[in-house]
Amino acid sequence: MAEEETELSDQQKKGIAKWFLINAPAGEIQYVAKDLKSVLKDDDVYNEAAAVAFPIYNKSHLIYLKMPGGYGDVLVTPYGELQDNEYLDPKTAQVVIVDHVKQVCKRVRPATDEELPSPYIEEYRYALEAELLKYAAEAYPKGSCAVYCTNGKDVEGPGSDFELVVVISAARNSPHNFCNGSWRAIWNIEFRDDIQVLELKGKCQVGAHYFEEGNVQLDAKRECRDSTMFQGPDDTATAVVHLIRRHENEYMASLEGSYFDLSDNTFKELRRKLPVTRTLFPWHNTMQFNLKREIAEELRIGELHDIKRA
Amino acid sequence: MEAALGLMRRMPPRHSETTLSALLSLLPGHSSDLLSQVDLPLQVSSDVVSGQKFILCEYNRDADSYRSPWSNKYHPPLEDAPYPSSKLRQLEIEANDIFTVYCDQYYEGGISSVYMWEDDNEGFVACFLVKKDGSKTGQGRRGYLEEGTWDAIHVIEVGPDEEVTRYCLTSTVMLSLTTDDVSSGTFSLSGSIRRQMNMNLPVADGHLSNMGKMIEELEGKLRNSLDQVYFGKTREMVCTLRPSNEVVHMSLPSS
Repeated sequence: MAEEETELSDQQKKGIAKWFLINAPAGEIQYVAKDLKSVLKDDDVYNEAAAVAFPIYNKSHLIYLKMPGGYGDVLVTPYGELQDNEYLDPKTAQVVIVDHVKQVCKRVRPATDEELPSPYIEEYRYALEAELLKYAAEAYPKGSCAVYCTNGKDVEGPGSDFELVVVISAARNSPHNFCNGSWRAIWNIEFRDDIQVLELKGKCQVGAHYFEEGNVQLDAKRECRDSTMFQGPDDTATAVVHLIRRHENEYMASLEGSYFDLSDNTFKELRRKLPVTRTLFPWHNTMQFNLKREIAEELRIGELHDIKRA
Repeated sequence: MEAALGLMRRMPPRHSETTLSALLSLLPGHSSDLLSQVDLPLQVSSDVVSGQKFILCEYNRDADSYRSPWSNKYHPPLEDAPYPSSKLRQLEIEANDIFTVYCDQYYEGGISSVYMWEDDNEGFVACFLVKKDGSKTGQGRRGYLEEGTWDAIHVIEVGPDEEVTRYCLTSTVMLSLTTDDVSSGTFSLSGSIRRQMNMNLPVADGHLSNMGKMIEELEGKLRNSLDQVYFGKTREMVCTLRPSNEVVHMSLPSS
């Protein structure tokens, strides 16, 4: 059959394929990939697109993968990225080699000294990680967390600024219940040596997708800032995790609040549950009115009861 | 085709237009299939005669022109375009008037249009459309929403006039809503669902009354299941990810 449409170039197809993969909901990129492959019918284009899109998706969704050898999970994040497909796991001081498209760890090797922070920084990082692990285990039944040093990892002692990043990622996939979701939090903690203050910048992002006979998605985001005193490693860790816990609890409460407001307030802005008259629309009487204005007037002067009774 | 619909069901509803146009360009051979099975947010135009707004869709389109239900004129003008019979047009006029009142009551604003056409089985088809912008810059009465759209499409096939006539209704609702404030950040829900309802009703009650009651009932059900079931499931998911202390048991089993 002759089609009027001009055939897309491979470059254009690749662009479209990347868009689908990168915008897949949390936990669903493999399903999107499968459908996309059968729509594209071009493995070369698909593979090229996947090679670019999967790393972007994996890093932005902060996915976590099982490490071989029973070392637990490793997070795939921009903060742990050393070079292509290599990610640092600060917890175990190891580097994993990741297959992005299959979303698995291929190999693990010990991190080199150059890849790890100085002993001074590690003291702060380790203390924060220990405190964070306790909190995350409590707050997120399924998930993973890590603390990275993103700035000043070679600082040897007091006198210089550095920066740690806390990453928390929790995902649930329930494809049989047509439901997937993820909670991602990133906390940048700037250690300001000059003013002896820690500045926190947090970003939480929550997504959920329910798709049984429909397609409904939640997309929620919140940013916040806070600060605390620059102290020794343990006191700093306690103070920082205390702040993270407080802000995340607050956020959870505000999400619950948004859901609570939905039924009665927010959703009403789109469509009311019942008409303004609070009774079903008088369709059975429409035959005798030809002009909408008449109905409107009838209703306005409160003759609805008569209409209903008639 | 199945894979294409699978993608429509997975990609964010907010991006449904992009998703569809991407699929159309990848599958030019399936364009009519796709267009008939996928609903998109409705577009609006103004009737040059009456000045009223009307909704554009496949059902009032011929070539690149759309017929307004208010003046019955095609925009832009089109020769040899199809029109409903004068009897059906009379019903269409009434339906538009009454549906406007219905929308005032349920939507406190919004734009509505009803189109009708004869089908091949001596019956007719009617399409009732509503578009509401509930944002605080649109027609949101209470100013809660940063962004908020609701599109409802009700297509109802009416069998040949008999004492008891068969009505087959397919309703689709597409919506998105976003709230945004400093303390709670942006909170956004979007989605679409479609359901059907068939009924045999006495024609003596009048087509408009029969169709209207079915639409009102199904539209109410759709709204309710979006509110209770669909939004509820996403909330349940959030609580599974980060259970509040007081929540002891979660109903979503892990996979």
